[in-house]
Amino acid sequence: MKPRAFQYHAPESVGEAVGLLEAHGDDAKVLAGGQSLVPMLNLRLTSFEHLVDLNRIAGLGTIERSSGTVRVGAVVRQAAAERSPDVAVGAPLLARALPHIGHFQIRNRGTVGGSIAHADPASELPAVALALDATLEVSGPAGVRIIAADEFFLSTWETAIGDGEILISVDFPSWGGRCGFAVEEIARRHGDFALAGAAVGVGLDEDLRVVRCAIGLFGVGSTPVRAHDAEVALTGGASIGEAAALAAADIDPPGDVHATAMYRKEVAAVVVRRALAAAIEEACL
Amino acid sequence: MTLVPINLTVNGERHAVAVEARKLLSDVLREDLHLTGTHVGCEHGACGACTVLLDGQAVRSCLLFAIQLDRSEITTVEGLAGGDGTLNRFQAAMQECHGLQCGFCTPGVVVSMTAYLADHDQPDDEDLRVALSGNLCRCTGYQGIVNAARLSSRGAAVAGGRPGSGPTA
Ligand SMILES: Cc1cc2nc3c(=O)[nH]c(=O)nc-3n(C[C@H](O)[C@H](O)[C@H](O)COP(=O)(O)OP(=O)(O)OC[C@H]3O[C@@H](n4cnc5c(N)ncnc54)[C@H](O)[C@@H]3O)c2cc1C
Ligand code: FES
Ligand code: FES
Repeated sequence: MKPRAFQYHAPESVGEAVGLLEAHGDDAKVLAGGQSLVPMLNLRLTSFEHLVDLNRIAGLGTIERSSGTVRVGAVVRQAAAERSPDVAVGAPLLARALPHIGHFQIRNRGTVGGSIAHADPASELPAVALALDATLEVSGPAGVRIIAADEFFLSTWETAIGDGEILISVDFPSWGGRCGFAVEEIARRHGDFALAGAAVGVGLDEDLRVVRCAIGLFGVGSTPVRAHDAEVALTGGASIGEAAALAAADIDPPGDVHATAMYRKEVAAVVVRRALAAAIEEACL
Repeated sequence: MTLVPINLTVNGERHAVAVEARKLLSDVLREDLHLTGTHVGCEHGACGACTVLLDGQAVRSCLLFAIQLDRSEITTVEGLAGGDGTLNRFQAAMQECHGLQCGFCTPGVVVSMTAYLADHDQPDDEDLRVALSGNLCRCTGYQGIVNAARLSSRGAAVAGGRPGSGPTA
């Protein structure tokens, strides 16, 4: 199929883009890498009279590392973030998650911001943002707002980005000290969206006890999910198996043609266990 | 219907075309430039048959609007062989290893792996299979394609292929 006709806009500044979104309201849609939006347009699952392409706006495509965070511009390609030494050093969990997205041809075009703004609950990067307590900068008619990740993901494909607003950048906090990170997922085929997956970080003290833990789950609900009880249990001395069971106990995953809800719960426990084991092993090195 | 003029450099040749905003790069290549080597299977990014190089990077041409690409450089499967028709290393390996049957997926496979192998020095079999995961083939069962990737990346003989007769082009 082919998309319905639309008018194409290629603004060169954020202000211009916001102006276009404001002027055209619900008839306008932001286009970033197009790896989620264009399939939906081609299949006519959706259509818009105006597409506002962010790819020609200077300044949305940079990665900056400071002492405490890595700031990733919204239209940084997933492949560029994957190759970035700043991401590898400052946000290792993001670096581990990126290769799980689709295929290299998809990541050459898909953007970090697009994946997070699209907020597919089975996608990796929203869970990474949630696990790391990332903050998201959006710009709109009323100026700039900073949104915490735990207030950003509202439902499937629904975020706190408001009318006329554009996601500008994402700040991923860096962890200090002895820490390790891992992403584990189970998918039907390589590159498919995961049936269930986990993005985790752990921090250890001198005696190799877990003193910090963050677990972000994806594919298990209408948003990415933070496994708070499991995190608290693990830092309180529970075993990896106990924490994994707790993480799975708290979720209410969907059942569909790919997997039943019960199977997803089983898979969630398995991926949390594997990810925690891998992260702790890395932190012990 | 509004047509917008754009300039594309495809396989080293400059083209001025007028496109509707909604026209996919895959359709411009096939319908306007008559480069029908780029195949269209799914139009939602899944099958890989439409893969082309955009400024050297392998991308899905069915997920790009041509209007986005004014002044960009595109390489299609037609542009991979030398001017005299000499196959590139991976193309020759595909021939050697019987990496195709009906040929529908082949342009996407060849473009994708040409880009991948240019960027990756010593991929192991697992790497090669992951790299090939974005190209669906309904005929070959992939063994011939994996063998071709292995042959062209390492120049090594492969099970089922003919040792020692690998291409060097
Ligand atoms: C074959 C295939 C396999 C895939 N597999 C995976 C996978 O395993 N895991 C995964 O996570 N993803 C997967 N994807 C999706 C891919 O990661 C997309 O790149 C991503 O979901 C969207 O990013 P994009 O830059 O392509 O955004 P687009 O497709 O351009 O936009 C997606 C949505 O986000 C909005 N948007 C984008 N950027 C902004 C912004 N800066 N501000 C406000 N709104 C914005 C758009 O309006 C649109 O609604 C796959 C895609 C394909 C085609
Ligand atoms: S036609 Fe583009 S990926 Fe299938
Ligand atoms: S050779 Fe027929 S689809 Fe691959």
